[in-house]
Amino acid sequence: MKLLTCPLNGPRNISEFTYGGEYHPTPDHQLVTPREWAEHVFFHDNAAGVVIEWWCHTASSYWFLAERNTISDQVIRTFPADEIFNQRVEFNQPASSGESN
Amino acid sequence: MPFGLLKYGLSSEYPAEHHFTPATELKKHYDVVIIGAGGHGTGIAYHLAKYHGITNVAVLEKNYLGSGNTARNTAVIRSNYLTEEGVTFYRESVKLWQDLSNEFNYNVMMENRGQLTLAHSDAAIRSFRWRAEVNQHLGVRSELIDRQQIAELVPNLNMSEDSRFPIMAGLWHADGATARHDAVAWGYAKGACERGVELHQLTEVQDIEITQGRVTAVKTNRGRVECGCVVQAVAGASSVVAKMAGIKLPIHSYPLQAMVTQPYKPILTPHVSSPHVHVYVHQTSRGEFVIGGGSDPYPLYNTRATLDQRESLSAAALELFPFLAQARMLRQWAGTTDMTPDYSPIMGLSPVDNYYLDAGWGTWGFKATPICGKTMAELVATKKVPEIIKPFELERFYRFEQINEAGATAASH
Repeated sequence: MKLLTCPLNGPRNISEFTYGGEYHPTPDHQLVTPREWAEHVFFHDNAAGVVIEWWCHTASSYWFLAERNTISDQVIRTFPADEIFNQRVEFNQPASSGESN
Repeated sequence: MPFGLLKYGLSSEYPAEHHFTPATELKKHYDVVIIGAGGHGTGIAYHLAKYHGITNVAVLEKNYLGSGNTARNTAVIRSNYLTEEGVTFYRESVKLWQDLSNEFNYNVMMENRGQLTLAHSDAAIRSFRWRAEVNQHLGVRSELIDRQQIAELVPNLNMSEDSRFPIMAGLWHADGATARHDAVAWGYAKGACERGVELHQLTEVQDIEITQGRVTAVKTNRGRVECGCVVQAVAGASSVVAKMAGIKLPIHSYPLQAMVTQPYKPILTPHVSSPHVHVYVHQTSRGEFVIGGGSDPYPLYNTRATLDQRESLSAAALELFPFLAQARMLRQWAGTTDMTPDYSPIMGLSPVDNYYLDAGWGTWGFKATPICGKTMAELVATKKVPEIIKPFELERFYRFEQINEAGATAASH
């Protein structure tokens, strides 16, 4: 049995978790071209080595981030998403678009 | 021929046939450098040499011939896909498979056993009907069959209505086949080397030099090689190699695990797969049961075998074939599958002018080997993308024109 340490629930069997993809900063959907958006949606680094990725503890629906080595399959650390997402994200029209909100 | 065989049989030394001569020294320059000596890489080299007269070709392999996913797949050949582009492409490949042993005069032990995919739900029956219609329209033999026909075709299949997921119907694909996977790389390599292609084993490409949007050379652990163009055919390492050329791909690499039992007497003829219980089973001509389709739940560049997959593959195989409970497992292994978002390959041109992609081969690479060799060689020789592989170009992701074959996998990975 392989264990993954959930920042909320502690060490659990990895079969309780769902892999959620590579972590990438999300581009501003108001500013990107369709080409850049396609790249964000479909393309991956798929790196061989240490990567940061999303995981979800399925039973509690808790999403968090993990640093994992994709060659040795060692999980280096797991951490809550607010380590990176610590500022409020606004989805309003950008000021440059000239439209009032 | 009969006398040759007799002489061989009476010989006390059993002289081994000399297949090909691996090259020794790397030249300074090649017209074409192919990265990866699996079925695809050697197939491209073979077609370049035989049909296009291009023989100043080096096939660079970091390990030994056919040591990657050519040796790690489960040797399933079929063309019962869902999209017009997919079915047409794999249909042409199956046609080439039929004559492959004659093509390069090397026995690949092609066996037309047929392939049966099982439906355990109404939704699966609907999708099978759809696939059968598309297949028949494009000249591929697929038909929906009922429980009775399934029982006649595979008498030892568990047809009980009391099992967890009773079998409701099947998609019978008479064109399904299997072949000896190693022999494909050996046959192509032999034919290519006889015509002047150089195969360099234990030669790892470590960097790719790009000048003004063109590849000029590759750096290997044995020195620098200048080249007219490069083809990458490295299933399982597509992203890593493409990155050296500055190309990002829509791929996640997952291990796919399979296992094989000891040999038994022949009792199972077709290849049987169930996307619902996540397993496929066939018996090799040597008698072993190959049990496959166990995709790991997260990406990894590692071909280790896990107990989790052994348990789930065994449970699924036993649901279909309870008699396997007494079978002894011989080995379990993994291959790295480069999964694309639409479960179709990435073939053809890349953002770099003279760098060609043969990538994203997920779990569908082996069956496509002959058509890849043919079409990629044509692309390299003529600089024109053959019509049949045009839909699979990398650019499709930027146009949101994926070719969705996720519903046509053998064991829904």
